[in-house]
Amino acid sequence: MSRGRIALLLALVALALVPVLAGKFYVDLFAKIMIMAVFAMSLDLLVGVTGLVSLGHAAFFGVAGYAIVLSAGDPYAAVSLWTSLPLAVAASALLALAIGALALRTRGVYFIMVTLAFSQMVYFVFHDTKIAGGSDGTYIYVKPVARIGTWAPFSLEDGKHFYYVVLALLILTFVLLRALLASRFGHALRGIRSNEQRMRALGFNTYAYKLAAFAIAGAVAGLAGYFAAIQFGFVNPEMLAWHQSANVLLMLILGGLGNLVGAITGAFAFVLLQDGFESLTKHWLVLMGAFVIAAVMLLPGGLTRAGDAWRAWRERAGDA
Amino acid sequence: MPEAILAARELTRRFGGLFAVDRVSIEVESGQIHALIGPNGAGKSTLINLLAGELASSAGSISFRGSPLPPASPERMARLGVGRTFQRSNVFLELSAFENCRLAAQARTPRAWAVHERAALCRASNDGAAKALTLVGLGSRGSVLARALSHGERRALEIAMCLATQPCVLLLDEPLAGMDAAESGRMLELLRQLKHDRGILLVEHDMDAVFAVADVITVMVNGAVLASGPPGAVRSDKLVRDAYLGDAV
Repeated sequence: MSRGRIALLLALVALALVPVLAGKFYVDLFAKIMIMAVFAMSLDLLVGVTGLVSLGHAAFFGVAGYAIVLSAGDPYAAVSLWTSLPLAVAASALLALAIGALALRTRGVYFIMVTLAFSQMVYFVFHDTKIAGGSDGTYIYVKPVARIGTWAPFSLEDGKHFYYVVLALLILTFVLLRALLASRFGHALRGIRSNEQRMRALGFNTYAYKLAAFAIAGAVAGLAGYFAAIQFGFVNPEMLAWHQSANVLLMLILGGLGNLVGAITGAFAFVLLQDGFESLTKHWLVLMGAFVIAAVMLLPGGLTRAGDAWRAWRERAGDA
Repeated sequence: MPEAILAARELTRRFGGLFAVDRVSIEVESGQIHALIGPNGAGKSTLINLLAGELASSAGSISFRGSPLPPASPERMARLGVGRTFQRSNVFLELSAFENCRLAAQARTPRAWAVHERAALCRASNDGAAKALTLVGLGSRGSVLARALSHGERRALEIAMCLATQPCVLLLDEPLAGMDAAESGRMLELLRQLKHDRGILLVEHDMDAVFAVADVITVMVNGAVLASGPPGAVRSDKLVRDAYLGDAV
């Protein structure tokens, strides 16, 4: 077994033990981080794998949260997990398909601006209208129930149950996206990132490939957004604001692009640092900014490639 | 009578006031190597880009096996079977030679969207890649990263990738540029072998090579066709001698 696999397995065991060893605060914090890790992996499919830098990814994250509220009708009645989750994910995927179909007609920096513009449009739809409480947002009073007939395998109201559901979600997303990357579809996406002109000359319909990737990434972001909304217990327009898109992009850059492990690492680093800096000063954003700049300069490949950066530095020091 | 696979009629491409390609009619027939020669800036590469669907034409038409084609799209041309290579090697530098060819072959494999199958285990693309690499003489260099290949090997890889897509027309933009004598000799031999069931349009500056392999030669100057015909006739054409060949041959 390779060193990477052993590290991954150890991390998994550690995560599985959190609810056994730590209190409620850490169980909630780590559940939140794992949700963000799923969100970051979905963006990695676009940025790291396909080379599409999107600044509007939070739109798909937030819309899934709103889908829970809007599909419920009565805010005090519990919805079923089994119907609301597919509905929320489908809403995100469809929105991504529509936005992607238009945005993917542009390239490079224009693509970044167009994704930002579309996500801001979605933001203002929820901010400036009375839908789901307008700019105040609205509460999700009752979490979805996971009943099959009369049997309920777990309850999302229970913090530990919620934690393990999210852990399962993280593992499932990682395994499925890994398989996707190893498939011919995944190889084609990497080819597009590397040299789209060549891919077209070989006969690949790169637009269709990019649109499929965009919709899949939107769906997975919706998966994360669904559980984030349930954990927070409310949805508001901040969930789909551009800050959220920028934060998840920072997680990717911190962790390292293109291999999903970096996305997960980045999510942990970002949220834990944010938590640490917040406890030091209310001007935590300054510290965070300084850290990100230092990380980008010292570890251009992200935290997951820190070993490579260290070896390269040692070689240079050895040459001198 | 050989059949014209790819034919351009009165094809024109303007860049502002400049006619890069000016009412060019040209045919690529199966079983033939059609060489396209001319001084720098004559519009040879622009013509290749038009025929490959990379550039949209300003006027004129392109037909494939007799049926006219809708506006340019490189992926459609490639799927029809029009493969092209680039003047400057345009390969995936961070992939190995074999992976480059496998990705190219993948463009032709069925069920390319099957996300549960591992790309590395796809028999059709692996076989196609191995065959293409062997054809161009890179059979033993498959595991080398494209960025670590020599310039000449990268030119060969460029052609192998094109072959892995199983084209019936090859548009080759200066395939011999930067190859040493042995490499170009091998490449010319390969072109002779490939033309049996394919049409080849060859843009090349090496006149010895052109006159050695070409069945038809078209000379372009300033975007327009100056002369076209069998090598012997083109060689003795006074206009061509004055405009381009001089005393070279």
